Amino acid sequence: MGRDMSEPLLRMRGVSKTFPGVRALSSVDLTVRAGEIHALMGENGAGKSTLVKVLTGVYPKDDGKIHFAGETIAPASPREAESAGISTVYQEINLIPRLSVAENILLGRQPARFGFLNWKAIHRKAERALERIGLRIDVRREAAAYSVAIQQMAAIARALDVEAKLLILDEPTSSLDEREVEDLFDVMRRLRDRGLAILFITHFLDQVYEIASRVTVLRNGERVGECETANLPRLELVAKMLGKDRAKLESGGEPRTAGTKRAAPGVPADSEAAREAFFQVRGLGRRGGVEPFDLDMREGEIVGLAGLLGSGRTEMARLLFGVDAADTGQCLLDGKRFAPSSPRKAIDRGLAFCSEDRKTEGLVPDLSVRENLILALQASRGPLRLLPRKEQMEIAGHYIRALDIRTPSLETPIGNLSGGNQQKALLARWLAIQPRLIILDEPTRGIDVGAKAEIEKLVQSLRERGMSILFISSELEEVVRNCRRIAVLRDRKKIGELTGPDIDERKVMRMIAETDEGRDFRGGVPAVPNDPPREE
Amino acid sequence: MMRKGLRFHLDGGRTIWPVLGLVALLVLNLIFSERFFHLEILDGRLYGTLVDVLNQGSKVMLLAVGMTLVIATGGVDLSVGSVMAVSGAVGAVLVTRTEIPFPALVACALSAAVLMGLANGVLVALAGVQPIVATLIFMVLGRGVAMLITGGQIITFEDRAFVFLANGHFLGLPLTAAIVALVLAGTALLTRGAAVGLFIEATGNNETASRLCGVNTRMVKVLVYGFSGFCAGAAGLIAASNIKAADSSRVGEMMELDAIFAVVAGGTALTGGRFTLIGSIVGALLIQILTTTMYNLGVPPTIAPVPKAALIIVVCLLQSEQFRRHFVGRREIARPTVPETG
Amino acid sequence: MRQPMNLPVATRHVPLIATGLVLVVLFATASVLYDGFFSLRVVVNLLSDNAFLGITAVGMTFVILSGGIDLSVGAVVAFTSIFVAALVGSHQVHPVLAILLALCIGPAFGCAMGLVIHFYRLPPFLVTLAGMFLARGMGFVVNMESAGIQHPFYDRVLSFGIPVARGVPIPATALAYLLLFVAALILAHFTRFGRSIYAIGGNETSALLMGLPVGRTKILAYSFNGFCSTLAGVVATFYMGSGNPAMGFGLELDAIASVVIGGTLLTGGSGYVAGTLMGTLIFGTIQAALVFDGRLNSWWLRIAIGALLLAFILLQRFLSSRSTDRRTALAQRSRPT
Repeated sequence: MGRDMSEPLLRMRGVSKTFPGVRALSSVDLTVRAGEIHALMGENGAGKSTLVKVLTGVYPKDDGKIHFAGETIAPASPREAESAGISTVYQEINLIPRLSVAENILLGRQPARFGFLNWKAIHRKAERALERIGLRIDVRREAAAYSVAIQQMAAIARALDVEAKLLILDEPTSSLDEREVEDLFDVMRRLRDRGLAILFITHFLDQVYEIASRVTVLRNGERVGECETANLPRLELVAKMLGKDRAKLESGGEPRTAGTKRAAPGVPADSEAAREAFFQVRGLGRRGGVEPFDLDMREGEIVGLAGLLGSGRTEMARLLFGVDAADTGQCLLDGKRFAPSSPRKAIDRGLAFCSEDRKTEGLVPDLSVRENLILALQASRGPLRLLPRKEQMEIAGHYIRALDIRTPSLETPIGNLSGGNQQKALLARWLAIQPRLIILDEPTRGIDVGAKAEIEKLVQSLRERGMSILFISSELEEVVRNCRRIAVLRDRKKIGELTGPDIDERKVMRMIAETDEGRDFRGGVPAVPNDPPREE
Repeated sequence: MMRKGLRFHLDGGRTIWPVLGLVALLVLNLIFSERFFHLEILDGRLYGTLVDVLNQGSKVMLLAVGMTLVIATGGVDLSVGSVMAVSGAVGAVLVTRTEIPFPALVACALSAAVLMGLANGVLVALAGVQPIVATLIFMVLGRGVAMLITGGQIITFEDRAFVFLANGHFLGLPLTAAIVALVLAGTALLTRGAAVGLFIEATGNNETASRLCGVNTRMVKVLVYGFSGFCAGAAGLIAASNIKAADSSRVGEMMELDAIFAVVAGGTALTGGRFTLIGSIVGALLIQILTTTMYNLGVPPTIAPVPKAALIIVVCLLQSEQFRRHFVGRREIARPTVPETG
Repeated sequence: MRQPMNLPVATRHVPLIATGLVLVVLFATASVLYDGFFSLRVVVNLLSDNAFLGITAVGMTFVILSGGIDLSVGAVVAFTSIFVAALVGSHQVHPVLAILLALCIGPAFGCAMGLVIHFYRLPPFLVTLAGMFLARGMGFVVNMESAGIQHPFYDRVLSFGIPVARGVPIPATALAYLLLFVAALILAHFTRFGRSIYAIGGNETSALLMGLPVGRTKILAYSFNGFCSTLAGVVATFYMGSGNPAMGFGLELDAIASVVIGGTLLTGGSGYVAGTLMGTLIFGTIQAALVFDGRLNSWWLRIAIGALLLAFILLQRFLSSRSTDRRTALAQRSRPT
């Protein structure tokens, strides 16, 4: 490209940021060059968005230095970062839907004559800004009239309008279809060729390899890798994201942390397979959610859902529980048709769903622990047959003991509890209705190690008593440890299942890392899971 | 059951303020107007300023009970004044033009009121219209319908049963007080003795979570507006009985605002969630005693809104977190919240 | 779902067009039904009779566009009217001075409410409610009853009128309304302030992220509304020839109704000042028709306005639910799992 590659455009060194109780960033380095598309990846809680917020002045950093375009900067607000030449397009596409595209691009900076806006100039400037990224549309129409992809282009045009040197794109492809992604990539390449640096935050593996020349991976607030994508095998990237050591995996050693035994002993695989599935899902799918999938659940079985962030696990759960309406497919419960059209219907048929987002979907924060605990149970009894207070306290007390929920009293508002105890209480809420099938979405998120083990033991005992469990977790080893059957998802699609007593993380990750062509074209790891890995 | 609820909510803390305010007002009256606490018994009935307060304040108390449940779901009902007008109009027309027995008349008036309330609820819960907007529509429509029913006239009546409603006595106390007590007890029974209260609070505090638990949040919302209509209907009958007439253009004017204020001052947050019926009653008493105090102090009733305004502002500021921070200050410097995802 | 909405006209224009249609139909119907309705005089009277409602509604439009609401306007109009009347009558202050004074109080009052709403994050509804009580009470403090205004200045202004045609002059009140309307139009469509109001009402978080001065703009909106309320009060004194602390009960609702029927969303971010003018004219047309008829009674005005409000709200819900469905689906897709 003929550019001077010696001095990178952006160099973040040793950046740290701590919030009360959480160390979000630990001495993170990030280097981005002009004329380069650099991907930033990491699972939930890895620190991606904190890093970006520090860079764009939303948060002040605790430690470290930021060098940008030859100067040391410390932006105190997004405006300052913008003036320095760092522009951001956020995931939620922050445009004003009812205003025209032209207005959105120029809001706050409209050309004016004696204080009066010059609309002709506004429209002209907007058109030119869009032309620079190769888009020609009617800028007078309101932004909401256009597809998300076009709106994103407008947001990018706005970001660029201020002479940006670095463009940060936060999950830009989450809402786009294949063709729109290609259009976006065309624009990105065009900008790159003109010398713009682009920081591309995403969780889509394929896209990283398609568009980015380098990738930085964060995990738990630390940088675990920065490589050129041309030299990075997909399996290694996946391993880094999940915190596994690829070398250890290759050597065939079992990647287990000390003391984790297989928690599902005993029941031989054959007798399980022989049992009829009481819950059968065929071709259930939703546009924008997850592609049509099949699933079978048997009594006394724990099925895991594994996949990277964004792969569609929660989408799947929401379809099963009736939170989202499915476009296609059907379910059979005990052989009878069952249409999960609402949580109420699902609960009546014996389903339960412990959501991953406890703040918006789980906790009723001002209500007491007791009330939260019996809420679902009370809802199935209806508004009139109130559970007698004594019984409520017995039930609540039972689960508090069983799950070791730390709370000053039953009447404490649940919002006052620590995260881990909140999670346990929400779990207890669902256990209280004694469901046949319970979907656990990230049940151990935010829980300390000791409590995690308790929950896992609990999950196993539920299975032994005949409950069917769908176990969703980002912690691969957890899934592998607890489940004898794992459905694997990637990029909103179920790509396969793994069964058997000897499934391990390596197999799951290989399945995730495979491309559609069936080969990992970056490292030569074959598609068939049981073959020994070949040398590169 | 009410006692348990009372204890719990007083422990919750928010009800302290209006009670303190009430006490302050009573003390003020004690100092400045000794006639305030004077009570005497005539013909087996209790008379005195305090009794008047109960009687006059019965309408706002009834409105406040209904409004409490609506606000608890995160909504608001601006139409209660107009519903009062409709209910009074129906009652007056029925009593002067027909021979139907009084209980049936009451039933008709209340049904009309409940229907209006349910219409509000349907707009809010099923059509997704903002509560302010939906109830504003019925506020305007309702007033027109009420005037339509009375033909623009003020319809007077002499019917003994109807007049007795607001002017009669029961066990020595005004009948209106007994009505309020009855409605309050019934509501408390329904909300605390059954799971209705739990569902309302859950819906108002986190609708999504409640829906995921299987609570029929839509039905909850529709029904609270219907109930608010019921309370407004009762208040409307009392108002008509008060003046022995149905004055569709003036009755209930501005009362929705008094009711909302009573609820908010009583400790139920406008954003919804936990509610306290006792608190709303206290809030309504607060307003009524404020009005009576002003009257006793010789303040013209038209100026009475000014202290009301001051009260509202004080209550709001006390409930505002930013305001409290100004005064609690140094220890609780605002810190950036922990990010949800990294 | 990913297709742009292929309407021949932008969604945001539909309510405005609907309002225009309703106005035309109403006026046409009345012209057919009542002799003499279809005349310039009636149109001019529409403007001058409803001038103070119209001015109030224009101010309210800005507040609602920014996502807020103001319940105090009726009380402020009343206060202003008696304030001016008292100054001119009892204190021999020249009307011009009294009017100027009044016009300063309005913005100050609005600014104060805006400050409290923004900095203490209190609901606009409650704060302006308190404002309403305050202003109403203060009106009665100034004077307990209505007070007439006798002053040559008033006579001169009242006899002033720009002749339009066939001896029909546009009186000063209507002129004031029209002037304010034009000023508001310019403000809304040709200044950064106006565009910021639309942005804030449309999506406050986005507006913040875009670097717009959200707090300042919102407070200015309330201040401008305060100015409009006092201007309306001044116009009312000309219209009534007096000031009255008991006037304007429920005026805020009429103003809100004008705004909503005019096509502005109560959630903010969408609507036109021109729409509010039409909404006010609809209000006035129905009222004028009722007067012409003589048989129909005044409550039909309430019912008609209520029904119109309902229809427009449902229309707004329908239109916005179509685009919300799309956005919700997309937002759900973009959530990482």
